[in-house]
Amino acid sequence: MSQTHSIQVTINGTPYAHEVEPRLLLADYIRQVVGLSGTHIGCEHGVCGACTILLDGQAVRSCIMLAVQADGHELTTVEGLAQDEKSLHPIQEAFWEAHGLQCGFCTPGILMTLVPYLEENPNPTETEVRDAISGNLCRCTGYQHIVDAALLAAEKLQSKA
Amino acid sequence: MKPAPFKYFAPASLEEALALKAEYGEEAKALAGGQSLIPAMNFRVAQPAILVDLNRIASLRNIHKNGALTIGAMTTQSTAEKNMLVAQHVPLLHEALPSIAHPQIRNRGTIGGSVAHADPAAELPVVCLALRARMLAQSQSAERWIEAQEFFSGLFSTTLAADELLTAVEFPLVEERTGYAFLEVARRHGDYAMVGLAAVLSLDENGLCRQARLVYLNVGDGPLEATQAAASLLGQKPSAKAFEDAGKIASQEDMQPFGNLHASPQYQQHLSAVLTQRALHLALDRITQKATHL
Repeated sequence: MSQTHSIQVTINGTPYAHEVEPRLLLADYIRQVVGLSGTHIGCEHGVCGACTILLDGQAVRSCIMLAVQADGHELTTVEGLAQDEKSLHPIQEAFWEAHGLQCGFCTPGILMTLVPYLEENPNPTETEVRDAISGNLCRCTGYQHIVDAALLAAEKLQSKA
Repeated sequence: MKPAPFKYFAPASLEEALALKAEYGEEAKALAGGQSLIPAMNFRVAQPAILVDLNRIASLRNIHKNGALTIGAMTTQSTAEKNMLVAQHVPLLHEALPSIAHPQIRNRGTIGGSVAHADPAAELPVVCLALRARMLAQSQSAERWIEAQEFFSGLFSTTLAADELLTAVEFPLVEERTGYAFLEVARRHGDYAMVGLAAVLSLDENGLCRQARLVYLNVGDGPLEATQAAASLLGQKPSAKAFEDAGKIASQEDMQPFGNLHASPQYQQHLSAVLTQRALHLALDRITQKATHL
């Protein structure tokens, strides 16, 4: 074991402090050390987008970032979307209603990509949605329903605003 | 754990980072956005002994205009993409930035990181060479500006010394009667392009071509400049024929592409010829549009 570093991060509003090896990837830290397994790991080299989380509100790929680099930052994972265990975030509701997931593996990454995207672009076209999720791969190739769900999510968020 | 073990430093100032580079030299790899380096470390293709993470150095994240536009090396690609100074004064860069991977990557990926990585398939080296950008290389004892033509020295190689860091990139401001275009063809937006190019076209007062630069990505071991094609345009009145000829010369004489997973050498040459014409027409249109505004 090489030298370790102390890190403090806030994930979904909860502060955590750990000693980590510098080579520990942020995605592995979130899943294995903190125990939040909603963040999925697919390709582990920044191509599939399954591990997308929010770092200080911006969508980033957690498999190509080191846990030590998150020291002092605020993270949001898919577990942080819903307000409580009995409710869903409007984007999650839209995915449920529009059948936006098949096996569900890519879903957390797509949700975390869409959260900041729909904040910045509240009324996207279908083409724009496809472009926005171009960095997220769905191996079920269920993109049509994912796009439908994203557009429905935009409507839901608009009507709440 | 995917990456091999390494020693990690996260200096808070440039001075500390340069001291680490002075002490460890080539052994210490600079970590910028990490969007290429960490995947390479996950595969263990890269196994640096020491990482010097530059992300805490706030002084390397800035964009300012002073005769030229200078972008701090650690400015993220998404910050530059949304910056009004970039859009107004270095429109070619503004146009190329959205072609870099996906938003999640650009949120971490940096201007300096991509330039110093010198991936032949990357957009920013091509833009730097087409615009004749200058790179600021700093070491503990000195600093120097390196012209783009001197900076890229082959596959993933630059002329940065072992104790130097790239700290800023300086882009000349767009001039009058100058048009530009960045075009690439990728199977899916955000994927590595099969071919792409940055074109800069300048006309003189009589409407004749004063200067042309055509720089291509993914057809050589670095950003590839089509000098013969550009020379063929000099002194010419811009025309569809002149642009078509330039495309032919660029694709047949200036480059010998080796092909890649998605495109044979012949297809890369075909795409280069087509894209050259389109880019030159677009650049010309932009000059004329600007002229009508003036």
